[in-house]
Parts: sequence; structure tokens; C-alpha cells
Amino acid sequence: MGETTSFILSVLGLVAALALVHRPLGDHMARAYSGSRHLRAERVVYRLVGVDPEADQRWPVYLRSVLAFSVVSVLALYLLQRVQSHLPLALGFPGIEPDQAFNTAASFVSNTNWQSYSGEAAMGHLTQMGGLAVQNFVSAAVGMAVAVALIRGFARSRTERLGNFWVDLTRTCIRILLPLSFVAAIVLVACGVIQNLHGFTDVQTLAGGTQPIPGGPVASQEAIKELGTNGGGFFNANSAHPFEGPTAFASWFQVFLILLIPFSMPRAFGRLVGDVRQGYAIVATMGLIWLASLVAMYVVESAHPGTVPQAVGASMEGKETRFGVGLSSLFATSTTMTSTGAVNSFHDSFTSLGGGLALLNMQLGEVTPGGVGGGLYGMLVLAIVAVFLAGLMVGRTPEYLGKKLAPREMKLASLYILVMPATVLSLTALAVALDGPRSSMLNAGAHGFSEVLYAFTSATNNNGSAFAGISVNTGFYNTTLGLAMLIGRFVPIILVLALAGSLARQAPVPVTGGTLPTHRGLFVGLLSGVVIVVAGLTFLPALALGPLAEGL
Amino acid sequence: MTISAPDRPMPRPAADAVPASRPPLTRQLVAAVRALLVLTVVLGVAYPLAVTGVAQVAFRDQAEGSLVEADGRVVGSRLLGQAFADADGDVLPQWFQPRPSAAGDGYDPTASSASNLGPESPDLLALVEERRAAAAADGVDPAQVPPDALTASGSGLDPDISPEYARQQAARVARERGLDVEQVRRLVEAHVQGREAGFLGEPRVNVLELNVALTELGS
Repeated sequence: MGETTSFILSVLGLVAALALVHRPLGDHMARAYSGSRHLRAERVVYRLVGVDPEADQRWPVYLRSVLAFSVVSVLALYLLQRVQSHLPLALGFPGIEPDQAFNTAASFVSNTNWQSYSGEAAMGHLTQMGGLAVQNFVSAAVGMAVAVALIRGFARSRTERLGNFWVDLTRTCIRILLPLSFVAAIVLVACGVIQNLHGFTDVQTLAGGTQPIPGGPVASQEAIKELGTNGGGFFNANSAHPFEGPTAFASWFQVFLILLIPFSMPRAFGRLVGDVRQGYAIVATMGLIWLASLVAMYVVESAHPGTVPQAVGASMEGKETRFGVGLSSLFATSTTMTSTGAVNSFHDSFTSLGGGLALLNMQLGEVTPGGVGGGLYGMLVLAIVAVFLAGLMVGRTPEYLGKKLAPREMKLASLYILVMPATVLSLTALAVALDGPRSSMLNAGAHGFSEVLYAFTSATNNNGSAFAGISVNTGFYNTTLGLAMLIGRFVPIILVLALAGSLARQAPVPVTGGTLPTHRGLFVGLLSGVVIVVAGLTFLPALALGPLAEGL
Repeated sequence: MTISAPDRPMPRPAADAVPASRPPLTRQLVAAVRALLVLTVVLGVAYPLAVTGVAQVAFRDQAEGSLVEADGRVVGSRLLGQAFADADGDVLPQWFQPRPSAAGDGYDPTASSASNLGPESPDLLALVEERRAAAAADGVDPAQVPPDALTASGSGLDPDISPEYARQQAARVARERGLDVEQVRRLVEAHVQGREAGFLGEPRVNVLELNVALTELGS
């Protein structure tokens, strides 16, 4: 069997697996977010937390809960890293320095998982389990809760109420993320991912040297790292590390976990707004763009243009033998299109155009299918823009899912779209204008510029992958990237919740002959066009200076 | 387009959480601290320990790192590549060699890493040509050196090499060890693993397992 056949079968298998779980998981999530009954364990949580689960919050209160929880999370994670040397299972590592601890706390709370540290050389097991992995769960749950609040904005009318954040957070963790992670972790252990509490154990190698074998609770963290589209590796080499990604199946399964919730949430959306066809249109748009980018990635990586790949005869620098070009392309496309940022191969060494595609995937705004929660609310904002554009073309007041898109809604949607590129481009410009930050580049010329652009694109889009040659453990990068992650996460969340509040207040508009159907192929095409044109127009000049200058 | 009502009754509007005596933001912050503590116990302690418990009982070998024994002692992990070099880092030609590694000084699990050198990097091009020359010195046609022998992996701990690279090394290893080359070639073929389930990933040879088998052949 050839490499391309193997790649095609891997992709077909993945699409089939995702299609199989789309309905049951989407329906399960819809039930979790709409049911009025509480599990006994959940009641215990509400009692300990001291909240009334029946309280239904207005959007500013929902937002305050999200922000309060996130601020407390940043502070707690910062503190844990600073004092880790005094806690158990520290493996002898000192506390993390302030700027790096801030960067890491901002990174994990914002669901980015950018890592300016090297896992096996910096973090004790307690910090990994009790700090970083906890944020893997709850930061994912925050994103899903906000997405559900926006869905309620469409589904409800004439109300100020969007649900209860504490209930959404708890149910996401207990009914969705925890059971899926447990099963996934056991599957990963069976494949060879380690799960123990040892530190490094020295062994004498066959040739007579010594090699320290790492230990750690890796599988439990690996499962939620992918499921929650987090991406922060236990080890520096992330899912390329054989103890994180031991076999080809394990890596394929990780891609499945990454895509599982993002591709199933549109089903939950469809159920919750009472028309599953609306969900199919969203998932079709996400899936088509993902597939197109994946094919492009595989084509350029296997054609391997460029000086070094041509000299070598393949694009294998930074790729593992067991994964090859096929699984590496599949992982790279999926991780950059979901704001995950886990990697099973190193994007800095991809062909110029392959690396450029990874960059473009993030610049689409992480909506194809995007991170858990964030992908859906980002795509719904773009759907609002698409409906608005269609309305302009035919001269009708735009409406989506029975809600009018008035100036207030359009202002919020436009601001949402502007936040990310404005942050990415201004911080990239700042970094390349300053001598110190410029000297962090590993590669020279256009590729060095791509490293900086990639860093700010990844941070602001809460992705977390890197052109990892760049040295980012500096005061400048730890601070600016930390801020970029917080801005890229929480400014859009504020806008989305405001949007949800203003949609929920409206009375539904009756469907007439002039209403644009938003569940047909025409709308899928329109929405795809908006996704690509918005990002393309914003980032084409920057891409021309980096990967395009290098690769063309 | 038809939008029907949600299929379940909405929760009733009620007063906000926690007693109303405190100002709203303080109430939210108190709830946030408590929520983080409770969730940390469930997700950060109970969950990883439960996974560890099940893993240690059901898949002990994997959970401990898939360790490999030779002559009754542990010599490494089947999953982690290791260096077959002397203390100065010079290649020991009597062993099958793994891929070039960017992890520390080579195959250092305390510093897993890729080179991160780009596709137009002159440094990487120089390394590739150096590696090709080293293979040629072994009597291999420089144009036939497989890509995995010329490039560093993503982790720096890649346990595998391509079957082509293993086959190319058979003659050198046989010569250095005074073994019959056909015997070494048969050993290589016996260690070639195909794609998983017939279609996932790439064919490969695990270097440590091959070298362990080599020691058994020698004795």
C-alpha cells in the first residue's frame, strides 16, 4: 500500500468515526445543557460551592461568573507554579520564575496551552495534575458554557436570562469531559502512554551508557489535552514524544479526540434551537474547510518543495518515523484548526507552504471546527456576518434563527472579528521592530518573521502550537504573549455574552418568503466564503512577508 | 426555516446565587474559589489517581513505560530511542544506529526536542550533507540514503528507523561483528513492522529491539 492510499484510508476512517458519534454525542450534550434534573454528585458540588443551581443569570451576571472563575484560576495556577518546590511530587524542580508563571497561567486558563517551559525540565507532577490538567478541563468547560449561553440567546425570547454558569461548568465537567477523558485515558495507556507517579529512573543502555526514563501521570493528562482542545504537552516534544504518542493508532486516536467535541457541538446547537438542519449547515461549513486545508497540507508536504526537503528527498525533519508525512499532516491541520496546539511533528520544519497553511488555519479565527465551545460561538458570529452580507445584497433586514440583526448585534459581531487580527498584527509589528525580541528568532529572514507571526497568531487564537525554534522564555515574550492570550480569549467572550443577552431579549421574527434559509447549500457556500475572505483579506500581506516570500 | 421552541421547559428565573448580603462581584469570587477547589479535588486528584489505579492493574507494562530487558536487566524502553555511541558521542558501528536526534546531546529524555530548523535553513542543509557523507563512508550510495537517516525526528526520541535505513546498515553491522551478512539481513526482515492495522502510519524497524536481538544472535 502506498503512502497516499494509507493517508486517504486514515482520513476516511476518521470521518466515519466522527460521523458515527456526531448524533449521540451532540444529543447527549444538548440534554446535559437543557435538562432540569441534577445528578446527586452535582448537587454536592453546588452545595460545596454555595450556589443555587436553579438561579437563572442575566448576561452581565453570567459574564461576571465567567470572569471571576477565570481570574481566580489565573491567580491559583500562578501561585501553584511559584511554590511548587515546597509541595509533594516536585521532582526537585524549583518554583517557576514570575514572568513565565504568568505566561503559563494565562495560557492554560485561556485554553491556549502555549508553553514557554519544557515540561520534563520544569514542572513537578503535582503542578501538572492539580494545576495544568485541571485547567485543561475547566478552561474547556468555560468555552462550552459560553457557546451554550449564546445558543440560549437564539433559542429563548423575551427574557433576560441565559442560564447558570456554575451549572453549565459543573455539568460540562461531570457529564461530558470527565467520562470521555477517563475512557480515552485508558485507551491511550493500552497503546503505551505511561501513567505512573515516578520521576526519572536511570537505566543502563545496551551500549553501556545511561538513559533516564521519565515517569508521570501522562495518559490522564493526554486525554483531556486533546478532548478539551488544550494542547499543552506533558513533555516538551508534546504528542511527538513516544510516551505521549506511542503508536500510529494512538496519534490517529488523538486527532479523533481533538475533533470529537468541536464537530459534535453543532448537533447540540441544532437540537437546542429546535432545528437540527441549522446544525448540519454549520458542521458542513466547518468540515469542508477542514478537509480542503487537510488535502492541501498533504499535497505540499508529500511534494516537499524547498531546499532542504529536496536535498533530503522528503519533508521528514521534525517528523516521527511511525507517523510519516500522512499522519503528521492530519495532526497538523486538525490541531491548528481547532485551537488545540498539540503537535505530533514540528511545524517550524514543515515546507514553507505547509507551515504557511498551519498559520493560515489559525488565522481563519479557529472556527473550522475551532476549539470546544469557541469554535461554535466564533462560527455563529461569522454566520451573523454572512446573513448580514446577504441582507445587504437583497436589501432586506437580516435575521438569523428568528432573531433580527440590528445595529447593536452587528456592532458586537464586527468588534468580535476585529479583536484577533488587531492584536496579532500590532504585537507582531512591535516584536519585529524591537532588537531584543527580534533576536529570539532561530531561523533567519522570512522564516524568522514567520516564527514571530506564528507566535502571536497562535497565542491570540488560543491555539498554543508554535514555530518552536523561537526562544520565547524572555520577559518580553512571556508578557506580551500572555496578554495576547487573555485578550484573544476574554474580549470575544465578553462580546459573545453581550450578543447573547441582546438576542435573548428579542421577540422571534416570523419566517416569511423573504427570509434567507440558513440550512441549505447556498448558505454553506456563503458562510465558507465569509470565513475565508475575512481572514484572507486581513492576513494576506503578513503571509506574503513570511511563508509566501519563502515558499514561492 | 422553522424554529420551534426548545423541547424542554426553561429553568425558572430566580435570584442570583449565594446570599444577597454581599456585593455581587465578591459573591462571584467566593463561588469561584470554592468551585476551583472542588473541581481540583475531582479533576486534579481523584481523576488522575483513578486512571493510574486502573492502568497499573490492567496495563501495567505500558503504564510503567514498556521497558525492555536483555540478559535479565532493564536496558531501556521499547518506545524511547537510545544512543548507540560511546561516552564521547562517537557512533559505535557494531550497532544499528537510530535517526539523528535533537534531544540534548542526542536521545536525552530530559530534553525532548526537534531541531526546529526551517526548510531553507543553511545550517540544516549542512547537517544533511554531513550525515549523507557519513553514510557514504560506510559504502552506501550517497543518493540512496533514506530521508529518516538525514533528518532529526520531532521528539529526538524516535525509537524507529525506516526498513530501508535498517537494511542499509546490515552489511556494516555484520562486518563489525564478524557475522554472516545474510543472517543479519534475515534478522532485519524479521523486525520490519508494517503499517498498523494495515493502513495506519508507516512501516518501520524498532532499533532497540533489533539490537537486543543482535546480541542474542552473537551469543
